[in-house]
Amino acid sequence: MYLPHTLSEVTGPSFDSSAIDVKASDLTRQHHGEPLGERIIVSGRVLDEDGRPAAHTLIEVWQANAAGRYRHNVDQHNAPLDPNFEGSGHTLSDEHGNFKFITIRPGAYPWRNHYNAWRPAHIHFSVFGPAFATRLITQMYFPGDALLPFDPIFNCTTEEKARNRLISLFDWETTLCEQALGYRFDMILSRRDSTPWEKS
Amino acid sequence: MSLQATTSQTVGPYFQIGLARFYIDDLTGPGVSGDAIEIAGRVFDGDGQPVPDGVIEIWQADAQGKYAHPEFLEELESIQKNDAPAKEHIDALRRLGAFRGFRRVPTQADGLFRFKTIKPGRVPAPDGTLQAPHIDVSVFTRGLLRRLVTRIYFPDEPSNVEDFALKLVEAGRRHTLIAKKSRDGWLEWNVALQGKDETVFFDS
Repeated sequence: MYLPHTLSEVTGPSFDSSAIDVKASDLTRQHHGEPLGERIIVSGRVLDEDGRPAAHTLIEVWQANAAGRYRHNVDQHNAPLDPNFEGSGHTLSDEHGNFKFITIRPGAYPWRNHYNAWRPAHIHFSVFGPAFATRLITQMYFPGDALLPFDPIFNCTTEEKARNRLISLFDWETTLCEQALGYRFDMILSRRDSTPWEKS
Repeated sequence: MSLQATTSQTVGPYFQIGLARFYIDDLTGPGVSGDAIEIAGRVFDGDGQPVPDGVIEIWQADAQGKYAHPEFLEELESIQKNDAPAKEHIDALRRLGAFRGFRRVPTQADGLFRFKTIKPGRVPAPDGTLQAPHIDVSVFTRGLLRRLVTRIYFPDEPSNVEDFALKLVEAGRRHTLIAKKSRDGWLEWNVALQGKDETVFFDS
């Protein structure tokens, strides 16, 4: 049922930079050795529907390794774990809402939902934004992935335009020569009703 | 400019590796005033089976009914800069970083979750009344496209009858939002994702 936003919904948790591990935004440097796979840089902005940046907000990510295996005891896919890859990270957006992760392109993985079911490569994103009302957990996909049309989870989002906004864009600007391909993924948080400090 | 909000997707079965770092089940302690309480419960699916792979997040005000929210604190400061007690309270919140009002706990194999907190104070409602003490809750589980939003209210709380949000809920379903007192002093509050006693979930 519909509940108009109250002060409880237009406020939300914030996370101090002291709570953040600065190394956690580079998923390729969490162990002594380097993880296997294709290094990528995923960057973007977190904005509200009016284009205002969500500054200093916590962004968490988790993903499979290059072979399509999660470092989780429930994942029984017979692809190898990578001793140098945890598959999780976090960061705070900057004052303009920008964020950046360095990671490995995740592999596709089979999920037994139906016969021969494979999930397209994806990275899970969790974002808070400025309010309880703006909390978002979503998944980022890769352009040109042949599995996208067949994935029930990607296609849960019935509106085609909305679905396609979950696909990151290949980006020359952030691609680093002989280092890593760049992908951009902007996230737009839902609206919160007018806030008491904006009413004046 | 109006942009379209990014659509939600399920947390999937492996969120633990991404969300565990910020599991926070207790922020009571020195410097946090108010009545310490423990809230525990279980998450059930439509068949009454426990959901062992969910995650619960809560957001609440402190015992004085103040949210540890940056914009709110700044606004309070500008309005009340000549009000010494208010300023003291704001400074205390800042210093603390202590009562931040956020918890995140996973459900266990039997669907059980628990967290410690303090009973929140009353906060204003849009109609100018004060809301009854409550905790905002997000529930995430595999298979849910988006989070479920609900609230926890407190038993034996006279202000429940005049609460802005509770009044919007059909009388026969309000009990799903109100925790029950257990014999040992903790509060029990369960989440039924579906079924005849489905918890009230809010769109917002």
